[in-house]
Amino acid sequence: MSETSAAPTIVPEITVAQERRERLAQLLASPTFLIGLAIVAFWSACAIFGHSVVPYDPYADDMLNTLLAPSREHPFGTDSLGRDVLSRVITGSRDILTVAPLATLLGTLGGTVLGLFMGYSRGLLDEVVSRIVDALLALPTVIVALLALVALGTSKMTVVLVIAFGFAPIIARTVRAAVLTERELDYVAAAKLRLEGPLHIMFAEILPNVAPPILVETTVRLGYAIFTVATLSFIGFGIQPPSPDWGLSISANYGLIGGGYWWTVLFDGLAIASLVIGVNLLADGLEGVVNG
Amino acid sequence: MARFLLKRVALSVITLWLLSVIVFTAGQVLPGNVGRAMLGPFADQRAVDALNHEMGTDRPLLVQYGGWVSRFVRGDMGRSYAYRAPVAPFVGTALANSAKLAAVAFLLVVPFSLFMGVVAALHFGRPADRIIMVAGMSATIVPEFVSGIILILIFGVWLKWLPISATWPAGSGLFGQLHHLLLPSIPLVLVLFGYIARMARAGTIEALDADYTRTAVLKGLPQGTVLWRHVLRNALLPTVSVIATQTAYLVGGLVVIETLFHYQGIGSLIFIAANKKDFPMLEAGVLTVGCVFAVASLLADLIYSWLNPRIRYGAGE
Repeated sequence: MSETSAAPTIVPEITVAQERRERLAQLLASPTFLIGLAIVAFWSACAIFGHSVVPYDPYADDMLNTLLAPSREHPFGTDSLGRDVLSRVITGSRDILTVAPLATLLGTLGGTVLGLFMGYSRGLLDEVVSRIVDALLALPTVIVALLALVALGTSKMTVVLVIAFGFAPIIARTVRAAVLTERELDYVAAAKLRLEGPLHIMFAEILPNVAPPILVETTVRLGYAIFTVATLSFIGFGIQPPSPDWGLSISANYGLIGGGYWWTVLFDGLAIASLVIGVNLLADGLEGVVNG
Repeated sequence: MARFLLKRVALSVITLWLLSVIVFTAGQVLPGNVGRAMLGPFADQRAVDALNHEMGTDRPLLVQYGGWVSRFVRGDMGRSYAYRAPVAPFVGTALANSAKLAAVAFLLVVPFSLFMGVVAALHFGRPADRIIMVAGMSATIVPEFVSGIILILIFGVWLKWLPISATWPAGSGLFGQLHHLLLPSIPLVLVLFGYIARMARAGTIEALDADYTRTAVLKGLPQGTVLWRHVLRNALLPTVSVIATQTAYLVGGLVVIETLFHYQGIGSLIFIAANKKDFPMLEAGVLTVGCVFAVASLLADLIYSWLNPRIRYGAGE
């Protein structure tokens, strides 16, 4: 990465485009990236189109057909309210795939701005924010989020905001580290000699060069955001009923597994596991290309 | 060394102070008045005022914060709203229970992930390395309650090998307790595994590349001796501090695992307090977790600096 960013002002535009195409080709040749992409695309499609293709209404109770084992009519069985598990697993991706990416996006935006200022200006701001980051990292996201959600009340918006606030300092730390090496390079000195303002240098000169590590960090964070939202939903402080959300369904049904009603939790569990692993494979593929 | 120590302790104190402010502020956002919330809408105003006065919730915030922190430091964590009893004994018992669960998890995860990390490093760039690393990172990102549910289904419900509740019958011996703690500890092991293995792998790769390793090989030492005496000793150095920082993540996982397996530890204490809006209990639980983490990471840094001569002799400054 350092070679490519060392002289972007000298390198002609065409080479940059070529290199971008080369990186894309590298990505598309990475099996982990492709598998991850397929899994994430599958669940995204379920989130967008799921409601119109499912065989049953995911919200409709059917008290005559509760806790049916998987059969031809209900391939994944029915839950304790007689709702079709297959329909709920398919539509269950919608809420988590809105909340988690939104939280990640907000956290990345905030963290990037904060990290640029910290790394570029150094000094007091850097010192103070770094200490706050250390303090925040001393507590697991789930506990901080729990504390904040008890105080603020749970809604999709508060979950998004709380996770974004928790992630921003972590992303800021990554961005800051990348900016610290960039700010010593010639192109920054050249921009200073051209009397460009600090805002221009930060956002127009440095930001494009630190974009690849930010992209990797964002993908990694998306995995953790899904982890956190699912966990919060499981303990009752995330997505709220009657959503067919996976974590929520497991929380509602895990008391039944001692009685052998495994289908009420297994498919939701596998859905969460496959989604986070898919995002993780995406991140791994991206990281491999970005770091060579 | 003394300067390093002083700096490190100061950092822990600042971290804990910031944490206490965050925890205290979260407690203040609770809308309305605590006495009214506890006694209900029909209680006499004088009774509400008296209760507020008794609990000190009518005093200025700064005074409340000062009192809260100084009492916490002396071991008085306040009175639970839900149980109308001092919080400290609850936290003490819960912490001891969680420590048992965490100890089992650590005893399993540390040797296992070190071993796998070293194996991956020795196969650097080959399929075994890729498989261990990708599987490790995937295990790390699957939420504990998901792996917990799947493990309960396999080992508890279908195979019936292990109990699905972590709470052992009264009077169980060490073996009986371990039997109940084994299943709940595995999801924690899975979450911690990827990160520790990754660090062990990175450390080993660096040590394998180092000049002292080349020298050892060139002077004709057997491969096993080189590995034990020169590579592993240096490779495990950075891993020590990572293991301690993982305590925080471990506690986050405990909230879920202890709820899932019906175990009365600090995680389920925080979970129950959060559901009952029992703020003194919640604050005490979270701050205790913070203290445990601060002490653990301080210890890790001390061990690290003691093992690493560059810091021990002050050259690392």
